[in-house]
Amino acid sequence: MSMTFEKLKEIREETLNRMNLRGFPSDKPNAPYRWSVAICMETSCMSSKSPQIKQRLLDLIVRDGKENEIEVVGTGCFGLCEAGPIVIVRPGDTFYYRLDVEDIDRIYESHLLGGEPVRDLIYPESITDDGYLSYFEIPFMAHQERVALRSSGHIDPEDIREYIALGGYEALYKALVEMTPDDVIDVITESGLRGRGGGGFITGRKWRATQASPGDEKFIICNADEGEPGAFMDRSILEGDPHSVIEAMTIAGYAIGSDQGYVYVRAEYPIAVERLEKAIGQANDLGLLGANIFGTGFSFNLEIRLGAGAFVCGETTALAASIEGRRGMPRSRPPYSADKGLWGKPTMINNVETFANVPYIILNGAEAFKKVGTENSPGTKVLALSGKIKNVGLVEIPMGTTLRQLVEEIGGGIPNGKAFKAVQTGGPSGGCIGPELLDTPIDFDRLAEIGSMMGPGGMIVLDEDVCAVDVARFYMDFIVDESCGKCTPCREGTKRMLEILIDITEGRGDETSIPRLERLARTTELASLCGLGQTAANPILSTLKSFRDEYEAHIKEKRCPAGVCKALTNNLTKDD
Amino acid sequence: MIKLTINGQKIAAEDGMSILDAALAHGIEIPALCHDPDLKPESSCRLCLVEVDGRPWPRVACGTPVRDGMVVETNTPEIREIRRDILQLLLDNHPNDCLTCQKAGECLLQKYAYEYGVTFRTHEGARRGGERARFTDTSSPYILRDESKCILCGKCISTCAELNERSVLSFAGRGFETKVAADRDETLEASTCVSCGRCVAVCPVGALIDRRVREKKIRPWEADRQTIQCKACEYGCEYEVLEKGSERVIRPLSPSEGRPLCLKGRLFVEAEVSSELRTPYKKEETEKGRKFVRTTWIEALELDGILDRIAHTESESDK
Amino acid sequence: MVSHINSEERQKEIAAFERDLERIKDGRGMLMLALHLAQNRFGYVPSDVQRIIADTLKVPLSTVYGVVTFYSRFTLIPRGRCDLSICTGTTCYIQGAEELLKEAEETLGIKDGETSPDGNFSLSTTRCVGACSLAPVVTVNGEVHGRMTVQEMKKLLADLKKQYLSQPESNEDK
Repeated sequence: MSMTFEKLKEIREETLNRMNLRGFPSDKPNAPYRWSVAICMETSCMSSKSPQIKQRLLDLIVRDGKENEIEVVGTGCFGLCEAGPIVIVRPGDTFYYRLDVEDIDRIYESHLLGGEPVRDLIYPESITDDGYLSYFEIPFMAHQERVALRSSGHIDPEDIREYIALGGYEALYKALVEMTPDDVIDVITESGLRGRGGGGFITGRKWRATQASPGDEKFIICNADEGEPGAFMDRSILEGDPHSVIEAMTIAGYAIGSDQGYVYVRAEYPIAVERLEKAIGQANDLGLLGANIFGTGFSFNLEIRLGAGAFVCGETTALAASIEGRRGMPRSRPPYSADKGLWGKPTMINNVETFANVPYIILNGAEAFKKVGTENSPGTKVLALSGKIKNVGLVEIPMGTTLRQLVEEIGGGIPNGKAFKAVQTGGPSGGCIGPELLDTPIDFDRLAEIGSMMGPGGMIVLDEDVCAVDVARFYMDFIVDESCGKCTPCREGTKRMLEILIDITEGRGDETSIPRLERLARTTELASLCGLGQTAANPILSTLKSFRDEYEAHIKEKRCPAGVCKALTNNLTKDD
Repeated sequence: MIKLTINGQKIAAEDGMSILDAALAHGIEIPALCHDPDLKPESSCRLCLVEVDGRPWPRVACGTPVRDGMVVETNTPEIREIRRDILQLLLDNHPNDCLTCQKAGECLLQKYAYEYGVTFRTHEGARRGGERARFTDTSSPYILRDESKCILCGKCISTCAELNERSVLSFAGRGFETKVAADRDETLEASTCVSCGRCVAVCPVGALIDRRVREKKIRPWEADRQTIQCKACEYGCEYEVLEKGSERVIRPLSPSEGRPLCLKGRLFVEAEVSSELRTPYKKEETEKGRKFVRTTWIEALELDGILDRIAHTESESDK
Repeated sequence: MVSHINSEERQKEIAAFERDLERIKDGRGMLMLALHLAQNRFGYVPSDVQRIIADTLKVPLSTVYGVVTFYSRFTLIPRGRCDLSICTGTTCYIQGAEELLKEAEETLGIKDGETSPDGNFSLSTTRCVGACSLAPVVTVNGEVHGRMTVQEMKKLLADLKKQYLSQPESNEDK
């Protein structure tokens, strides 16, 4: 089918008319429903039986013939995964949390049929003296600002019409019909959008370089190989709003002159893969992918490629090798991907979250995007908050929000009365940030200044029960597992660092241990071929900076202050 | 033409040349284990790191193209220190076998270790391929492999893959456990290896050894050496004759300019110059997989047809 | 998973796999997909299947082997009918994943990365399945079990043992 702007508007209005309970007023309110029930259908909530809850509710509705009164929507992530499975009843955005399947019967009887919310199933922090806060008013949502996650939680990710209802694919229309490729790149550059995969490279510059590179065949790749442990931002976006990525990749294809895109997704994300497949199918059916989009003569084809469990494939040259069907080993640059990427052709690789921002920028302009965030890191950042923190989940904050706000306000602090020890950012390439640096604003440059890095956005909170040396050992173990083995410093050096860390945690450390670690760290950093090796020692260096005394306790006193290292438990004393 | 400065020396280089090649063309040697002029740069050993334009982040000389006005330092104390550390990492995973290693004298690891004053193991830890040097694959009558000595430079893999139909070798596994494997990690005998010796010719260390040279116990420094060309076909692949006392053996030299090297050629050269005609072997498909079986020189050099014809012609003319 | 079936059934599976390969063989860079198909169908990438892939996709056998052994999702030994995987991502690690692994190793008598000789169980660790809010998590044939404790792990293992040891093998084969 070929798509026109009129048809897109038609779908938009038609669909919006049945969505008005979800907080999107339409011109022709056609409110057939009394209630709209949103049930989170994202990996975490699904493992807590949200599909069964949804099915049970649908059964009840069919039993009583209430199909025209109650709408049930499976949505993407709301954010507070800790409280999953999450069910939101609208109007009112009443927030039900950690439900069992049978709980939905009570909600159905009391709230949906009787108009009386079920108080004991409502998230406690949303209960006030005179009623209930909506989901979007709870403390967890304070400071949050949703751009990349703008549709997640509001729409059914498996229905392209709902994405269109919220303005989806209008950015694509605008780009293809009203803008030249240069205009598109100018807006993206002007917005100051930086790569959300961790590097923070100016996205517009990447687009420009690939556009400028000569070649009759070019490729767009979406890097969805989210391999960093403790990160699930990209997964949530793909599960909750896959079309935002598809639309953005198509826009990018137009801008740089490519008619072929690939989404490289981890095979560990079956639900994301399934939704993406469905979404690509729907976009093809509606003519929003494929040949001659909007009758402009521009064509774009999109395929999914599965990763197979190799963290290093997040590196762009390794990723390209993997798509080509080779071992995911990075190669030396130059040549850069913009000149010689996939199959030796100019290739532009962005990560999922970066793409998810693109339609917003095209539709609303660079200025609107820059209204939030900091000068050098405009916009928002999606973060996966986990570890020893009360509110585990997915958050999207304006750049510049401080780590303290993130941990204490959004995260709700450390559970069980424990003391905060550090927040680990940037995964195996990042570092541990101790309490003295909690007031650091979260943006690309400030996190780098303190020896950590933004990374893709995993934020793992550690409390006093966690041993800093053990955490460094954990990350080095990860790196040794994931090093591709190509270059000497990373292959050999990380193994030696791991062995020294194991010695320290098992009581065999001596006065040479720390200097040897520091020396190996420096060599690996300076001499490794790719980012994985160059940053591999960060967890060691950052913990040495903030927690050197803990290393020394292990080495000199054969004592693990946190009581974690089992070989040293004879000398266990709990430090406070 | 590009003008740049290396170690204070102003030099000219062609556009697209690497720093390493430009330096080498002017007699400035930069240590490298994975570089080979006939193969694409892998930039994996990291030994050729140099300082570029005074920046603290070193670049690989083999993979960095020259640029006009570039200022390169190849031998600063910082760079030498990094190289020493890299060599140490390699030696921490390398058996102490120079005394009996066939490669001694022309081993690049030995050469650089000497140059940079790096000694054997300083770090007690895991060792890939075992503590002691030993041949881990003796299945081939032509090639010996010792995985404990492999530094994973990848040159054997690249040179084997230069001929598409060969491509017998690949990296297998990952990280510290990476190894070089033939086909599905088979012995050279069981694999599709054609015994051309390309891999042996490019190996910078003692991981791949020419078995027939080794069995004669001739190390290159004690031999008279001479390069000759194979006359079996028009490629004219190069071989080296090693002569010590009354013994004379040959080995294939690293192939350049698209020359393939092959077993037939090797045997042809052997038949021509080696001091002793040793039994030739060829590979055969059997029920138990591929096996090396003894063959005759006539069969190995595919001379039967020709000899028959000569014999026939001569007997005709005798009449 | 077809690792424990007789040769006739295996021949059928091979034939079906060859048909899968036929469909994709003309695409660009299809090796990874071919290996996923093999891994999913056979529970591992058998040696003869590597040869079939190499011949059909016209890539060197050594490349196939090199790729199989590079990616942790592809295995050279059959995965068990019950494929138990313990997430050892950071969040799960600091919430006690090691204890769960120990429990599983002791109960099943196999180590991380191994398959029991009867082909019933395989045990592996994985780096983050992205369900960090449920840490520590364990997956059984891909299904996520969250907020595990050692107690719950004991129960889960007992259930799995009951389920898989009492069932005739062929019931599980796809």
